[in-house]
Amino acid sequence: MNQKNNISCAGKRGDQIRSDCYIELELKRSGGIKIEMKSKVESMYGDSIIAQLTEMCRFFNINHVEILVEDAGALPFTLAARFELAVKRLLPDLDKEFLLPMIDKNYSSTTKERLRRSRLYLPGNEPKFFVNAGLHSPDGIILDLEDSVAHSEKDAAQLLVRNALRSVDFYGAERMVRINQMPLGLNDLKFIVPHFVNVILIPKCESAVQITEIEQEVHRLKRLHKMKSASSGDIYFMPILESALGIMKAYEIATASRHNCALAIGLEDYTADLGTQRTNEGRESFFARSMVINAAKAAGIQAIDTVFSDVADMEGLRESVIEAKSLGFEGKGCIHPRQVQVVHEAFAPTLEEIEKAKKIVLAFEEAESKGLGVVSIGTKMIDAPVVKRAQRTIDLAIMNNIISKNWKIE
Amino acid sequence: MKLVKNAAGRMVPTKINNQKQIPFKGVDKFRPTGSKAKPPIRTCIDFPEDGNKIVKNLKEALKKAGLKDGMTISTHHHLRNGDVLTNLLFDTVKSMGVKNIRWFPSASFPCHEHLIKYLEDGTIHHIEGSMNGPLGKFASEGNMKGIGVLRSHGGRYQAVQDGEVHIDIAVIASPTADPFGNANGMTGKSACGLIGFALADSEYADNVIVVTDNLVPFPCIPWQIQGNNVDYVVKVESLGDPTKIVSGTTEVTKSPDRLLIAEYVADFIEAAGIMKDGFSLQAGAGGTNLAFVLFLKEKMKAKGIKSRFMRGGSTKYLVQMLEEGLTDYILDGQTFDLEGVRSMRENPRHVNTSPFTSYNFHGKGNFASIVDVAVLGATEVDVNFNANVVTHSDGYLLHGIGGWQNCLYSKCTILAIPSFRDRIPVIVDEVTTLVGPGELIDVIVTERGIAINPRRKDLLVAVKNSTLPIKSIHDLKKEIDEICGGAPAKPSVNRKKVVAVVKWVDGSILDSVFQVYPRKNVILQKGGGE
Repeated sequence: MNQKNNISCAGKRGDQIRSDCYIELELKRSGGIKIEMKSKVESMYGDSIIAQLTEMCRFFNINHVEILVEDAGALPFTLAARFELAVKRLLPDLDKEFLLPMIDKNYSSTTKERLRRSRLYLPGNEPKFFVNAGLHSPDGIILDLEDSVAHSEKDAAQLLVRNALRSVDFYGAERMVRINQMPLGLNDLKFIVPHFVNVILIPKCESAVQITEIEQEVHRLKRLHKMKSASSGDIYFMPILESALGIMKAYEIATASRHNCALAIGLEDYTADLGTQRTNEGRESFFARSMVINAAKAAGIQAIDTVFSDVADMEGLRESVIEAKSLGFEGKGCIHPRQVQVVHEAFAPTLEEIEKAKKIVLAFEEAESKGLGVVSIGTKMIDAPVVKRAQRTIDLAIMNNIISKNWKIE
Repeated sequence: MKLVKNAAGRMVPTKINNQKQIPFKGVDKFRPTGSKAKPPIRTCIDFPEDGNKIVKNLKEALKKAGLKDGMTISTHHHLRNGDVLTNLLFDTVKSMGVKNIRWFPSASFPCHEHLIKYLEDGTIHHIEGSMNGPLGKFASEGNMKGIGVLRSHGGRYQAVQDGEVHIDIAVIASPTADPFGNANGMTGKSACGLIGFALADSEYADNVIVVTDNLVPFPCIPWQIQGNNVDYVVKVESLGDPTKIVSGTTEVTKSPDRLLIAEYVADFIEAAGIMKDGFSLQAGAGGTNLAFVLFLKEKMKAKGIKSRFMRGGSTKYLVQMLEEGLTDYILDGQTFDLEGVRSMRENPRHVNTSPFTSYNFHGKGNFASIVDVAVLGATEVDVNFNANVVTHSDGYLLHGIGGWQNCLYSKCTILAIPSFRDRIPVIVDEVTTLVGPGELIDVIVTERGIAINPRRKDLLVAVKNSTLPIKSIHDLKKEIDEICGGAPAKPSVNRKKVVAVVKWVDGSILDSVFQVYPRKNVILQKGGGE
């Protein structure tokens, strides 16, 4: 960060950079707005870039400035985030925010029970990955403000993630943000809560108090931004346990808020905390994983497994998901889009499970239509949770294209 | 220069480089007539009885061939970006003080940047062949003396056969040759597989010079180029850089978005019922094109389906399909990697083809229209399915046409393209340069969905019940424009200065490439309020 006197810069430059830009600002006493631009897309979007920057200068009341733009095809939401960052690095006390229009789809809310088989991590300061991530159909997309962002660029990622929450179409994936570890993470909330984030991931969580603090801040921000009370329950939390202490507090954390939707485990940090190595068979983490599953189920929320970090080993990933499923996990972290389909397939119910579920659902419907209070298959009574689980198996099978939506009439 | 509007609605010149031109009349609407061009009569008694046609160097050969100002010299591009010979050739032409050469390559590569100085000093008058990279920039900014002509591989054969281009001297880089002039590309340190792009040149040029860095005693077997058509043979130290002639290995793309496109392509081919026993396909060597073949391979194995032939651009992936019995034949137009070269050498089912068999407009039929499905790329496609493959959206020449136009005649032509590159939309209102008429382009596959040409009702019906993301091309375009921040502005070009023309496969002019005003940093002053 080059910041002396009245010059600031933001963004990225160089031959390797794609879909991003570099901006340098120098405030002047006179001379109006002067823009020097080098852009890969100059003939197609040069005028549009100049119009956007001029509009932003006006918005921030900057009347005399020299602007250097080196653009490698940054989309408007990225250009806006980089420019705003350059302005704020120069004028840190400025509290105005330049907000792009919110796209309709990104007002969508989520539910506590939604499927969360896959969650795809995107580094929060790498806009080139944002726009196409949803096309790979993960259940959730995580815009990460934590480990994938360098300390010096935390402010950059906050603005970029804020703009992405408003402007980027994630094609139906749940919009998740991993904030920084507490207490730093509290400061991230104002960049995401007013912009309809669905789920907040809380890394290295070690106590219920941390959840409470976040919950209070979320409520304060919602009131401040007059977000409708009808949607007040819409932001959910997914604490990630990544330390021995966190694991020991698993149940306390899982039950700390009614907004918790899932409890996840992060094994890289956890094994480091134990002073051991992560292995493929995972004996060193068996206890921790079982603790997370038990705590989550006891609290009535989902249990979510860690990421699988070898992106080239699809067979290893598949096996790891099948193992996670057998332990009781319902989701897995993905660090590459190609992992998503493998994870979905491996979490999908087997043909045997589906056949059994079909029988149960049909028997239940028949009993209902006859007005019977009790459901049975043959001589066997069926409890309500069994029906619920069978219906979930069917839903999963449909979602994975194993059976048709119209399976009853086929 | 007089421009007229052709049948595609594009403004094209009626005369270029002092040759009268036919504006495009529509797909399959123009038939050149008369007799084919013919080389001069030659007699064996004028050639050495011992069959030894070796002359001491290239300069000597050019001198004997009667090189003079204004002649046409042809070369082929099988050495790709490893080609050293063409640069050496023009160094020699320059040293002989000859000017205004028409260079007629089957394609050019970035390694030919060396030739810019000869375009500047008048040694080369203009290029009729692809203009890529630095040559493309040079030509696009209006620096070439004559007007460039871009043709497809089939169109190049057509131009030679119907006399549109008369080759005075063909210089044929030959990885292996004998003193009689028999030559092939299969062995030798500069092996490139085949040299089919030089076939027309060897048959129609007034003078044919074979240049090799691997001279073998007569006979050189197989003779992909027949010595009976060859005037002189020259031995040189090296034709080129083997590491750039064929890649050691070609790899599929790792980009998740490109892989998604490739997966959709394979899904589409299956869902549309194209993938059935005995089908045929054309695949290139681009990362996405390699990847779709791999996805298709899994589907073929799962269903026990075998293809009759695959056309390439051969790579190790096609070779694996041949060796695993998933296709009966590879009909190969150019070999991209070492595995392809090996297979062509060892496997009689890996067959050497040329633009004559595959693409020629004046053939009595050609292979292109027999192929069930061709998967190609493009720089831009418009909402009428017209496509561009030669210029970038900023107006600069970027690629040659290759066999692309010819392949459009396949039974199902699929363009597998990203919906935008960085911020540049690939689906646009109107293509910057028209290279492929929309009536021949059936399907656009992007990572954001698949658009089927409304003319292909059969395909629309075939995939109606699939789970594929079928969208209208207008919806796709709208989605992309929203991401990119509106439709892109058109490049700033000089509509009065044509720098190159794009020929259709029949020799008529489909579109013009105009001079681009060079990019410069924009510095704007806006007075601010106090």
